[in-house]
Amino acid sequence: MERKLALSDEILMQVEKPARYIGNEVNSVIKNKEEMDIRFCMCFPDIYEIGMSHLGIQILYSMFNSWDDVWCERVYSPWIDLDRIMRSRQIPLFALESQEPVKNMDFLGITLQYEMCYTNILQILDLSQIPLLAKDRGEEDPIIIGGGPCSYNPEPIAAFFDLFYIGEGETQYRRLLDVYKENKKAGRTRQDFLEKASEIPGIYVPGFYEEEYHTDGTVKGRRKLYDKAPDRILKEIVTDITDTYYPLKPVVPFIQVTQDRVVLEIQRGCIRGCRFCQAGQIYRPVRERDVDVLKQYALEMLKNTGYEEISLSSLSSSDYSKLNELLDFLLEECKAKKINISLPSLRIDAFSLDVMSKVQDVKKSSLTFAPEAGSQRLRDVINKGLTEEVILEGAALAFEGGWTRVKLYFMLGLPTETEEDILGIGDLSNKIAAVFYETVPKEKRVNGRVQIVTSTSFFIPKPFTPFQWASMCTKEEFIEKAYQTKKGIMSQLNQKSIKYNWHEADVSVLEGILARGDRKLAKVIQTAYEKGCLFDSWSECFHNDIWLDCFASCNVNPDFYTVRERKDDEIFPWDFLDCGVEKEFLLREWKKAMREETSPNCRSKCQGCGARRFDTGVCIG
Amino acid sequence: MKIRIKFAKYGCMKFIGHLDVMRFFQKAIRRANIDIKYSEGFSPHQIMSFAAPLGVGIESTGEYLDIEVDTMTSTEEMMNALNKAMVEGMKILSVTVLPDTVKNAMASVAAAKYQVSFDRKWIDDISGKLSAFYAREHIMVTKTTKKSVMELDLKPGIYELWADECPEGKKKAFTITMLVDASSSGNIKPMMVIEAFAEYCQIDLPIDNCQITRIDTYTNLGTEDGERKLVPLGEVGKA
Repeated sequence: MERKLALSDEILMQVEKPARYIGNEVNSVIKNKEEMDIRFCMCFPDIYEIGMSHLGIQILYSMFNSWDDVWCERVYSPWIDLDRIMRSRQIPLFALESQEPVKNMDFLGITLQYEMCYTNILQILDLSQIPLLAKDRGEEDPIIIGGGPCSYNPEPIAAFFDLFYIGEGETQYRRLLDVYKENKKAGRTRQDFLEKASEIPGIYVPGFYEEEYHTDGTVKGRRKLYDKAPDRILKEIVTDITDTYYPLKPVVPFIQVTQDRVVLEIQRGCIRGCRFCQAGQIYRPVRERDVDVLKQYALEMLKNTGYEEISLSSLSSSDYSKLNELLDFLLEECKAKKINISLPSLRIDAFSLDVMSKVQDVKKSSLTFAPEAGSQRLRDVINKGLTEEVILEGAALAFEGGWTRVKLYFMLGLPTETEEDILGIGDLSNKIAAVFYETVPKEKRVNGRVQIVTSTSFFIPKPFTPFQWASMCTKEEFIEKAYQTKKGIMSQLNQKSIKYNWHEADVSVLEGILARGDRKLAKVIQTAYEKGCLFDSWSECFHNDIWLDCFASCNVNPDFYTVRERKDDEIFPWDFLDCGVEKEFLLREWKKAMREETSPNCRSKCQGCGARRFDTGVCIG
Repeated sequence: MKIRIKFAKYGCMKFIGHLDVMRFFQKAIRRANIDIKYSEGFSPHQIMSFAAPLGVGIESTGEYLDIEVDTMTSTEEMMNALNKAMVEGMKILSVTVLPDTVKNAMASVAAAKYQVSFDRKWIDDISGKLSAFYAREHIMVTKTTKKSVMELDLKPGIYELWADECPEGKKKAFTITMLVDASSSGNIKPMMVIEAFAEYCQIDLPIDNCQITRIDTYTNLGTEDGERKLVPLGEVGKA
């Protein structure tokens, strides 16, 4: 039986990459809808190529579809060409698998991976013909549920969601769906379901609370509108990361997507505790997957997908304790099957270089270091353990091994940053270039010279990090810092070997506003969307002037969210959520940062962050 | 060992472009666990050759790709394994072993047969008008490429051309079938012929109600200049 596509041939022939909208991919799941109790549509609010590269949705998709009573489908943001057509012809947004309207589903789950997708959420709702505001939705509308890293401060977008799932999806979804099924069977209302759902661990129903503010605009507290709603919501976490769902048959796209390979998640969390990093805090504690299970998963996934590449996924692969064993196994297996191994987030040392030289074409590949700050002083402030000595040693080894391309990542605008720190970026880039010319004799230089690409992004303070109290730079300060960095690099002896890239400043400022925002921002986001803002993370689509107009017309001062330094005892909009890491610990770390003191990683000495209560992973091992 | 695979592409798969079809087959061959030969060098790739790229939006019942394998059990098993690795809209129609002397699929292509079906009658006496159109000595069209605009005579490249009217009540109103040059030097796109015909009839072409299907792809076993002997690529090497 052939599926009928939601879009006509005529439309599909005029949009860019029609394959984004037809579904039918290998391992996508078609079920008999008559036999389903629950229809769930999972959404990544960006284009198909980005959304399909996300592991989280693949995990939940395979988990949901492993249940007989649930059909989980996918939807991504239609690109602006199709967006225009769908609006003018009033075609409702549809799920890829069934090609049926999203509005007919029971749930629409939206993953919140970055703040700059917020207007895209409204596009999804709007094209689906679902009311933008949760309070305007009726019994026929799907339940809109959010999850992912940005749900750790959901307040700016709280008005658009019925529920947020705080934490890892593997644990409570079954219970949530059962509550829904029971509610539906009993003929009860949407409101009844939301009340029941709010009693489930990890579920946050934003409509049951009101934010109250001081006259200066900071949060005074929260008022509950439903008595039984919990005061605090603790994130959900998988205790046994080996014995849980994993997508052994991930959906394989037809078109090339960003992450076009088998992704093997070797561990969750990170032991390092870099003070700017949100992922390093909210995914605590580190939990490693059993190496034998990983070996078996790798083989099975390669067989089920036909991919020619496998990538190990984690926040810091080098910290996985059985990395050598896993890589030796994969090297052996992949050699015979001509499969590439890609190794992101690896520390550059003799071992990793040896592995990389076996799996990559050294001449073509580049090595990445992320010192994040230009001086040792500032690296201590941010608790980035990497020292200059280690970087230069790694670079020397790499150059001896034949690599000639190095990428360096830094952040500008970190707390306490001085001109000296900024100039340090050029210095360090130059020293690495110098190492090349010292290490590699002239006759052995493959491309003649070394290529160093130094990139800077702008520091954005994020909730649930020690830097959540920090003041963020203005756009003008950021641009000045990028200029100083450029000047610093240009003054170096080896400047011809160094290429400098920097991130755009205005979009970083907006991200900063949304990241630590409160409920007052919902109106700004909605106004910006209505005035045409969409795909804000795409520089060709980003309209800073419209956003600035919207802040003005909504009477919201953007500086309140960014440049203001928070007092130690300020109540943050996200404080009612509990990510496992305690606020006292984060404050301790913030004070230590100001004293330029480092903290050891989780494996060498517990810092008492609070994640011990989950009784798993590195905390008990 | 050289293997020729014939496949059909239809339904929503017509929206998957040629490069993505190649990527799809590279993965399908791994899923089907076929012992394909790889090229030498640091980044080895599967030895695989597609006959003729198919435009996006066109369906086909006669697509071909050649691969080389180190070992295999039987063509039947390979066909079954490949079909298990397909999706709705992609079907393996045959798998044959080629004599080593046969040129690869891409180099072999000489002609293709297309059927263009229209869901609405947009002209009366289609057969008569089409015959008159085809009977002319020259069928001149203007071909606009990125670099140039040039006059082109389609006539020598159209080997057969006819129309069939479909019975009332069918999804299709009528079809136009053509056997045309598909070699790398003289490839004719089916819409070029249809557009030239519409222009000849002085009628606006209802492009949005037609579906093109490539019926089969042919090689020339005759001589290049002399008598053509067009044989479907899938028939080559069969006893």
